[in-house]
Amino acid sequence: MSTAESTIAFSDPYRLGNRGPNLARGHGGGGPASKRVIVGYGFWLFLLSDIVIFACLFAAYAVLADAIADGPRARDIYDLKRVALETACLLASSFFCGLATIAVARRNQFLTQAALAATGLLGFAFLLLEASEFSGLYALGDGPTRSGFLTGFFTLVGCHGVHVTAGLLWLGTMMAQFFAKGFRPDIRRRFLCFSMFWHFLDIVWVAIFSLVYLVGTRL
Amino acid sequence: MSNADVHILEYEGDDKGGASDEHSAKLGTYILGVGLAVLLTAASFWIAKTDLIYGPGIPVALATLAIAQMGIHLVFFLHLTTAPDNTNNVLALAFGLMVVCLVVFGSVWIMAHLNHNLMPMSHLMQMQR
Repeated sequence: MSTAESTIAFSDPYRLGNRGPNLARGHGGGGPASKRVIVGYGFWLFLLSDIVIFACLFAAYAVLADAIADGPRARDIYDLKRVALETACLLASSFFCGLATIAVARRNQFLTQAALAATGLLGFAFLLLEASEFSGLYALGDGPTRSGFLTGFFTLVGCHGVHVTAGLLWLGTMMAQFFAKGFRPDIRRRFLCFSMFWHFLDIVWVAIFSLVYLVGTRL
Repeated sequence: MSNADVHILEYEGDDKGGASDEHSAKLGTYILGVGLAVLLTAASFWIAKTDLIYGPGIPVALATLAIAQMGIHLVFFLHLTTAPDNTNNVLALAFGLMVVCLVVFGSVWIMAHLNHNLMPMSHLMQMQR
């Protein structure tokens, strides 16, 4: 490769037909992809398999939605104000996770910890709201054993809640790792996976609040 | 640069390019993403309560808004792009979506037909008497 060619390749990595040595561009050229791209791809595959699990739970809920067994209907138990609050918590949490990504890119320890703490607190607020909803249903005797509809509902929404709980634990370990080990490349790759996981949970919640709660109040 | 330099195993390359690259994350991107997400969420909650729209069309509208918002999240938060280094991610997503559609629509379709073909529960109870 001549000097002139390589200069062009470096100046614009997205140039058509780029075979620059810096990056694999998915076309077989450019050598092995960076670890960061590979790790992100691997975790993306895991997230997609998780999406398939959620699709199965959505399908089960959709099939069971009419099986109320003389129990409460969807519109009797859904509280849209709480759902709106939960949605706001999770969206804001996702936003702060994005801010943490920016802070990590700037290697700013204080901003990273602050943004991650905000992410975690909002996620915890979401969990509290969901716990209050579930305990309220239990108190009325409308637990998951009441009807097929409630089984599907608790399984789907509860599975998302379990994911958020696991995400919170992961978040705590990420804060500790950034604090103790700094912005090492491997720690930053772990954080990349965490941020993907957290944004993914928000995507699943979009499906839940739209297709379970909002559609449920109209049925 | 010689070819020998190109083939470094486990090349770190953390600070250069790529869809998952943290330097592609800009504050403006996240603010725009949150703004659009809030807009679509508000629209969803408004549509769920309004009487201005033809009732049976509301679930379809909600599903459309949900899909739009998921797209917003993918692009602005997960930085999914059409750049060549993102081809693998997009193809994997396409396959995942196919599985999701098969599972959800297949289940709903089959179970609805089974319900339709089975004797209603009230008839079954009468036969048992």
